[in-house]
Amino acid sequence: MIKFKVLLFGVTRDLAGKSQLDIELEEGSNVKMLLEKLGSDFSRLSEMKSLMIAVNNEYAKPDHILKEKDEIALIPPVSGG
Amino acid sequence: MIKIEETHIDIQKVIELVRSDKAGAIDVFIGTVRSKTAGKNVERLEYDAYDSMVIQEMQKIVNQAKEKWPVEKIAIHHRKGTLQIGEVAVVIAVSTPHRNDAFEACRFVIETLKKTTPIWKKEIYEGGEEWVSPTP
Repeated sequence: MIKFKVLLFGVTRDLAGKSQLDIELEEGSNVKMLLEKLGSDFSRLSEMKSLMIAVNNEYAKPDHILKEKDEIALIPPVSGG
Repeated sequence: MIKIEETHIDIQKVIELVRSDKAGAIDVFIGTVRSKTAGKNVERLEYDAYDSMVIQEMQKIVNQAKEKWPVEKIAIHHRKGTLQIGEVAVVIAVSTPHRNDAFEACRFVIETLKKTTPIWKKEIYEGGEEWVSPTP
């Protein structure tokens, strides 16, 4: 298993009630699996449309494999400007 | 040239950053906080930002603009934290040799920023608050 923290921002931080989550996944897990795990652990997140994952400050595709030292963030729809 | 400001954006300073003897035009976009959204009276906005990724995404936008137009310089300053009505949330300044490119490149920067940059705003209005969904 690999353990890592997922940074939360905006609406997802309010939904989870904290600014980061501790997540454990099997080695070799990808971004899609992480999103499924987050959705099952936090049902209110699964109701959200178009959640993205950033790995080391870059938007990551669903098949991107996660590694233990990665900086991972959950990116809800952005609304800057 | 790219900066997240916690307290105040100095518009003139951002413009000065893009001055160039090779530029005949500077186009400036200023985004400000308005008091009404969808019939609600907004009291203030709270901006949240994933700072390190914001800088990286903005740098990508600058690089893309420089590939598409003959840009001299681009500066982007964006606020985070609490903003009152009328406050400046973002300033984008673009200098180019001729004006048409400055207008087009500046528009490209703000439109792309709104789609890709990890910044979120929450509207605090009379009787509630809500994270803003993206608008076209």
